[in-house]
Amino acid sequence: MSLDARVRLSRGAIDVDVSLRAEPGQVIGVLGPNGGGKTTTVLALAGILRVAEGHVRVDGQAWDDGRRALPPEQRTVGLMLADSLLFPHLTALENVAYGPRSRGVDRHRARDRAREELGRVDLLERASSRPRQLSSGQQARVALARALATDPSLLLLDEPLAALDPDTRARTRSDLATRLTAYGGITVLVTHDPLDALTLADHLVFVEDGHVTQSGTPAEVLSEPRSPYVATVVGLNLYAGEGDSRGHVTTGEGGVVVTTSPTEGRVWATIPPSAVSLHLHQPEGSPRNTWRLRVASVTVQGQSARVGLVGALPVTAEVTLESVTALGLQVGQQVWAAVKATEVRTYPR
Amino acid sequence: MRYAGRWRTRLALGVPAGLALLLLVVPLAALLVRADWARIPADLATPTVLPALRLSLTTTSCTAALCLLLGTPLAWFLARSDHPATSWLRALLTVPLVLPPVVGGVALLMAWGRKGLLGQHLAPFGVQIPFTTVAVVLAETFVAMPYYVLAVEGAMRGLDARLESVARTLGAGELRYLRTVGIPLVLPGIASGLALAWARALGEFGATITFAGNFQGRTQTLPLLVYVELERDPQVAISISIMLLAVSVLVLGVLRGRWLR
Repeated sequence: MSLDARVRLSRGAIDVDVSLRAEPGQVIGVLGPNGGGKTTTVLALAGILRVAEGHVRVDGQAWDDGRRALPPEQRTVGLMLADSLLFPHLTALENVAYGPRSRGVDRHRARDRAREELGRVDLLERASSRPRQLSSGQQARVALARALATDPSLLLLDEPLAALDPDTRARTRSDLATRLTAYGGITVLVTHDPLDALTLADHLVFVEDGHVTQSGTPAEVLSEPRSPYVATVVGLNLYAGEGDSRGHVTTGEGGVVVTTSPTEGRVWATIPPSAVSLHLHQPEGSPRNTWRLRVASVTVQGQSARVGLVGALPVTAEVTLESVTALGLQVGQQVWAAVKATEVRTYPR
Repeated sequence: MRYAGRWRTRLALGVPAGLALLLLVVPLAALLVRADWARIPADLATPTVLPALRLSLTTTSCTAALCLLLGTPLAWFLARSDHPATSWLRALLTVPLVLPPVVGGVALLMAWGRKGLLGQHLAPFGVQIPFTTVAVVLAETFVAMPYYVLAVEGAMRGLDARLESVARTLGAGELRYLRTVGIPLVLPGIASGLALAWARALGEFGATITFAGNFQGRTQTLPLLVYVELERDPQVAISISIMLLAVSVLVLGVLRGRWLR
């Protein structure tokens, strides 16, 4: 009972080569920039695309070995996409019963099963509604019920919450989390929303430009990002550089970052944006990292602001709105950025 | 939007626009004005009309059935194929739309005639197609099928391909998907395609008279009868024309009200 897949195929401009492994009950979060190969991977797992090389094995059964592929209808797979894609001419109940009916379950038992699944997503009272009579969140829940009504061993969710408005998304996310805990199979959740991945997945795989750039538990990924994209997702400043025994990390662009936890050789260095302080004059005292940088962007999020800085090395700082006004920050302005050496983490590249 | 000083433009465009409208409307109005409404029931009961009416109804029904049974699968192949040859095939399909119907009739003779491409192989079995009711159906199908196929193909292309992906993962094979989801969702397209094709078949004249001739009760459909009656008793021709006009308007009304936006 497990998933073992290596998906190699070319689609459009990119060559995809993605390996995935999972055990039953796991939720694999697949993240990455758009056009990076996430959906292609999912379609290959579903059997809608065939792998050119590699394999898809589920529960020891070869779904695809690069030569022969089972068509989607012969795989025990469930698929849910961003648009719920309910069959518009069928009721919610008929939509959910469609899978069991297609797999040869008689009408009566299929309807019982559909009612059971609709109950699990709390939509039993809307069983006879047509999709257009349901809200977008309800449609998503019906789509989830439909995907699970065939007892798939592999559940594929491709951006299941992307089409929902923020309020609905939060509620549907928690509905989804509840439903997934009761599901015993393997879930592959494609998303570009870090919140989805961190709240729903227990293992993360980052796919960029057709390849896996990092995989690990959310805790591992949060503390040690290994690509600029991953760093952006987890909200850290990330630098690739050469570290020495004194704690100096020299980045490719010639910037120097000082840390109290030295790692020698090829290293990654991270700086949390909240650890960066901004000053109009060169700060004196304890911070061992100070750079004179230019403000490239300022974006406001609630009571804090993210300030994008460029210069010897690019830095994103997270400061309070008060300090933005106190410093009179403007795009194009030169400021001093300071980071304590204790805030800089390094780990081997 | 109202702009100042628009009268000159109004005049410059309004005159030709009005003329265009007149060119279209006057003949129809003339038909209605010249009709002797009291005589229509009696005219339509003329001994020649009933066989022609019956023939028109049976042949157009056969044509509609052929479109449905053969045209739908063709539309499906056209809709889902990305092959470069598909666009050529689609262009080929539109040829009967623009071809003079008489030329269509000649082409049909070349295919099904006694020495035709296909007809020469049928002749030894005593099967003769030209100048039979079958020929009428073939002629009508030749001109009407493209309307049907293009309408249904358009509807099928409008379907979200991901619906099929989802249905397949739910366990439905291609045929079950078509039966339970694909076809039900394009039913409006199929209905409007059928109505268009049927109306086109009902009005077919050129290809029919060339390929099937004008034999009462066998190949003389309503349009052919109108042509004959115009020589003999114009009032009967007008009465039949009024009936055909009414049918056309009815089809149009059904299409607009129910299926065309």
